Amino acid sequence: MTLDEMPRDRRGVVTALDTRGAERRRLMDLGLLPGVSISAELRSPLGDPTAYEVRGTLVVLRGHQARTVHVELEDR
Amino acid sequence: MRGPGGGTEDLPTPRPGPSQDTHDSHDAAPGCASCALSTGGARLARLGLAPGRHDHVVALAGNPNTGKSTVFNALTGLRQHVGNWSGKTVARAEGGFTYGGARYRLVDLPGTYSLLSTSADEDVARDALLFGQPDVVVVVVDATRLERNLPLVLQIRQITGRVVVALNLVDEARRHGLTVDARHLTRELGVPVVPMAARRNEGIPDLLAAIAQVAGTEDAPAPLRLVHKDPALEEAVTELAGRVAGRFPGVPNARWVALRLLEGDPGIEAAVRDGTLGELATPATPVERAG
Amino acid sequence: MSSDLLDDAARLRRALPDDVGDRVVESLYTDAARLASTSVDRDDARARLTLDRALDRILTHRVWGFVAMGVLFFGVFWFTIAGAAVPSDLLYVLLVENGHAWLRDVFVAAGAPSFVTGLLVDGVYLATAWVVAVMLPPMAIFFPLFTLLEDFGYLPRVAFNLDRLFARSGAHGKQALTMMMGYGCNAAGVTATRIIDSRRERLIAIITNNFSICNGRWPTLILMGTIFVGAVVPPGLAGVVAAGSVVAVVILGIGVTLAVSWTLSRTVLRGESSVYSLELPPYRPPQLWRTLWTSIVDRTLKVLKRALMMAAPAGAVIWLIGNVHLGDASLAAHLVNALEPLGWVLGLNGVILLAYLVAVPANEIIIPTIIMLTLTLGANTVGAAPGVMLELGDDAAVGSVLVTAGGWTLLTAVNLMLFTLLHNPCSTTVLTIWKETRSARWTAVATLLPIALGFLVCASVAGVVRAFG
Repeated sequence: MTLDEMPRDRRGVVTALDTRGAERRRLMDLGLLPGVSISAELRSPLGDPTAYEVRGTLVVLRGHQARTVHVELEDR
Repeated sequence: MRGPGGGTEDLPTPRPGPSQDTHDSHDAAPGCASCALSTGGARLARLGLAPGRHDHVVALAGNPNTGKSTVFNALTGLRQHVGNWSGKTVARAEGGFTYGGARYRLVDLPGTYSLLSTSADEDVARDALLFGQPDVVVVVVDATRLERNLPLVLQIRQITGRVVVALNLVDEARRHGLTVDARHLTRELGVPVVPMAARRNEGIPDLLAAIAQVAGTEDAPAPLRLVHKDPALEEAVTELAGRVAGRFPGVPNARWVALRLLEGDPGIEAAVRDGTLGELATPATPVERAG
Repeated sequence: MSSDLLDDAARLRRALPDDVGDRVVESLYTDAARLASTSVDRDDARARLTLDRALDRILTHRVWGFVAMGVLFFGVFWFTIAGAAVPSDLLYVLLVENGHAWLRDVFVAAGAPSFVTGLLVDGVYLATAWVVAVMLPPMAIFFPLFTLLEDFGYLPRVAFNLDRLFARSGAHGKQALTMMMGYGCNAAGVTATRIIDSRRERLIAIITNNFSICNGRWPTLILMGTIFVGAVVPPGLAGVVAAGSVVAVVILGIGVTLAVSWTLSRTVLRGESSVYSLELPPYRPPQLWRTLWTSIVDRTLKVLKRALMMAAPAGAVIWLIGNVHLGDASLAAHLVNALEPLGWVLGLNGVILLAYLVAVPANEIIIPTIIMLTLTLGANTVGAAPGVMLELGDDAAVGSVLVTAGGWTLLTAVNLMLFTLLHNPCSTTVLTIWKETRSARWTAVATLLPIALGFLVCASVAGVVRAFG
């Protein structure tokens, strides 16, 4: 599944970034690398964007960015 | 809410502080008259890294919102406003300080995540580090977000060995239950790593000592050599690095330059074309720079 | 000769996969992650940052997020309005009433010619004294409060809450941050747009920054809200309603920012939106005393210094145009009469427009200029002695002067608040826009667009009120 579909009470592991160039680098700048654990923490009151917790920091991604991040749900 | 200078009347240029000399990047030539880098003087001046009347030039790098401005203030005694969000400081600030009888010029680079030139800020920081060849690069690192900060440290280490890592916000890390092993980092990075809490003025003396040590040394560690896992890439980097070293003998970071050329970095290509890269071949040691 | 090196690079590059750049970056980040994981010992129980997250849940909540935003900003304004009243009165009595009278006596006793006394004491000194009395207390309260919010880490949360509005209007996500910089100083806000990489989105941010009320304009809003809007309701509610009126103008400013961004990004500044990135930093306990100290020393006194430097010559100009006579009336009276028709159409008056002309260098001196012009001209109109200004003890007295001598109504005050939001940037900001854009065309757009909007909005409001009122 992609990051935007991840339920809010679950954690996931990033498996792939389906984007290239500057957008991909920015995601990696923000700590989104294959293998990293991530969870959806806060949704903006207007519905978009969403803040994700990655290694203890809160990173904000808009919906179209989250759709390029593939994740696998972690076991509870 | 407020610019780096703090007021309204002095925007957008950073405010000169009480104890620093007020020359800016345009009139720094005199101090270079006797230095080995005379051909590069204009370029240094443009990069804002000419030593001027100072003995050493220290560049301050780091990710956005790591407390870079706080470290800058602690070192220079200036009061650049520090907000709690990324990209607070937009204009470059400069200051000076004296330590152990030597005069240091401190140049604040834009806060960036990397030096891969995806933005104008990254170009500025990259050019300053590569072509400015500061005597010391202080990389301010947020101890609570080490993973996010280390890519920049590694990239800077690939360019130069004259690095001091200021491991800032250790107090906050402690509050959040994080302990960072500075000795381990020092071993891995091959450069001094100084734990500090700049907001509380903790660790500043250690940072100053580390800066002085790196500034004064003749044999700083070589730039970090990253081996690429992809054999084809590794081979290409090695081959091209050999040619870079052949064309510009003495260039200290041939592998990094080769990698950037392989990626087609326009800034580095231009530096090859106009020969700027050749100026790096003359190592600028602190002794030669002293004006 | 160096180009063969580039040829070599190109040849080697062709042999590599074309996503080599992405792979290099990825291996760099992987190395960094490995190094970090071996260097950091994480105590997971405490690493959850439970307090931060609980706070975030409230501050970005669907309902409470906006309530908190309103309460925090409203609180800042209310504290400023309520807290500034007493020190403002004290400074007024000290500097304007007693100081002015004392200085006048000294000049007269020293036998100074009356035009020297007039120019220096009634012009330069009085204008600067007014600026101190009107501006210093609100600034000394507002800046530390706003800085505390900023240092705490609240501003990125506001950007997070409002992001969708900015995204919809075609603006860059970071424009929310430069907008908030503008609440301090538009010149600083314009410089801050450097954090936006794409030129298109940066221009939008620069042009709309003026719709953030800057520190030079806060006192005007606060004073108008206090004297006129707050006076409409029972005294018990006055402070709340006054603060509410200021918040309303701020919200209107955000609305205008979004509307203008939307229009620009769909017309002259069309294009792709660039890479978005925002982080929510951990909350940091603000350092109360240091914040108080730096915001008073660095911010308040600097802004005040600038205001004084602008007020001194403006005071001289006001005195001169009030006392140099052409035919049967003063120069100021002629100018005011010439501007009066336009002022009437805008629901303002000739004095206000003249004040805006005199105060182009700095918005800070608008109110003192208006009061001095009203008194200079009003003294003749009302037939009161020139010393009438010495009886102004407090805000209410300022209000009564504006009403009796200036003929102000609630419409005048409300439209002045609107015009405060919607008029040309101060000269410092215009200069900064020119430096940042290097384009005369965009500088002109950024300067003229707000004033055109201001004329439109004020004239419409005046028309509607007159049609129904």
